[in-house]
Amino acid sequence: MGGRESTLVLLDKNGIRCDGRKVTEPRRIMIKAGVLKNADGSAYIEFGDNKIIAGVFGPRDVHPKHMSNTDTGIIRCRYHMSPFSVTERKNPAPSRREIEISKVIKEALQPSLMLEKFPRTVVDVFIEVLQADGGSRCAAIDAASVALADAGIPMRDMVCACAAGKVADTIILDVNNEEDQAGQADMPVAYMPNLNKVTLLQLDGVLTRDEYKKCIETAIDGCKLVYQIQKKALTDKFFENGGDQ
Amino acid sequence: MQDDKKRYVIPGDVITTGPYRPDQNVTLDGNRIIATVIGISEISEDTVRVIPLTGMYIPKSSDLVIGKVVSHTSLSWEVDINSCYVGILPAADVFGRDFSAHADELSTKLAKGDLIAARIVNFDRTRDPLITIADRELGKIESGTLIKISPSKVPRLIGKRGSMIQTIEMATNAVITIGQNGLIVVSCEDSNGLLKAIKAIRMIEEQAHMANLTDKVKEMLESR
Repeated sequence: MGGRESTLVLLDKNGIRCDGRKVTEPRRIMIKAGVLKNADGSAYIEFGDNKIIAGVFGPRDVHPKHMSNTDTGIIRCRYHMSPFSVTERKNPAPSRREIEISKVIKEALQPSLMLEKFPRTVVDVFIEVLQADGGSRCAAIDAASVALADAGIPMRDMVCACAAGKVADTIILDVNNEEDQAGQADMPVAYMPNLNKVTLLQLDGVLTRDEYKKCIETAIDGCKLVYQIQKKALTDKFFENGGDQ
Repeated sequence: MQDDKKRYVIPGDVITTGPYRPDQNVTLDGNRIIATVIGISEISEDTVRVIPLTGMYIPKSSDLVIGKVVSHTSLSWEVDINSCYVGILPAADVFGRDFSAHADELSTKLAKGDLIAARIVNFDRTRDPLITIADRELGKIESGTLIKISPSKVPRLIGKRGSMIQTIEMATNAVITIGQNGLIVVSCEDSNGLLKAIKAIRMIEEQAHMANLTDKVKEMLESR
């Protein structure tokens, strides 16, 4: 972070970014709900070059038993990158980074779930990154949220996530891998669009107050775009003719 | 379908604002009534509810369920009722009031793996659901074919005042026991009727969200 030296032109004088996008243009996003047969709910997302599958089980019995809570249900989350998701083989054992991302995703999803309806149970969310390309935690949250809705777990709202950042002193929407590596700031935001609440806010880099304000607004605009795509994914699965397959 | 009363909703969708009573699968946010599951919203008189299209079975008092005995202690059986909680069937329910934990062996009446039709007596968030088999249509299921469908589609299979299930039963001469938890037992002496009944149930499961399904099922049953 902090603007590492690089030969890459992140933003040219016409306001076009290194992958040909405009400043406030997200990458191509595609979500499909209900892709796994054995999970209670599932979703597949392509977010630029990110390819992620999320599977949800539950509510179900908690094992080990001591983790269960008699007042409310709990949520467990595992974010995992497959060995072939990055250019150099990744050791499949959970790394420090994956454990942390699992935790932040869990905490981003938790406010939307009405787990208090299911005391002594657990909702398990498994996220498998097949291909990673910067902003995978946001894509993972988007997929997990669709998978949770697909599983029929009561939710106050969907959770949609998108990152914003700063490259070449400009606030941009949806930071890709190159911009993340060489840019000046990266800010993933998860947001509940109908309740207008933020459930995840991280910031890696330095922003002034004004930049911060603009950055979070940009990110939330991105979240709203993602929400429409999530909505479409669920509508396609449940309400189109032929429907539930 | 997309009229004012009935709408397709996903979690977070605002169904309506105003003085309505929130019923199933909705939550209040200020004066907005928000859907919490994927389903079809219904506004009837003063209540708003969402009929879910997906999700697990949540036990409700007086529901008929079909369960499988998983294990027993000296006082009760544990029954898998296809939910996130196991059903508890107390031994006194089967042996009668003079049940004694020393004298009576539970496995003589119901063994692990047995299927039972049971009714939910009591369920609240503090304890596992209590079930009973002490009633005429309840008890151990001796024969039949077990089918599993999504619990959210059971109301559709039963139809308005049982119309759908009666149609199937009449056309195929099958006896169909429907558990609210999505487990169904079909028994029929005629193997063709059995296959037809199963086909009809599968068809309803696949097309649960379609309109005038009863006519389509009738048509299917009458063919051949």
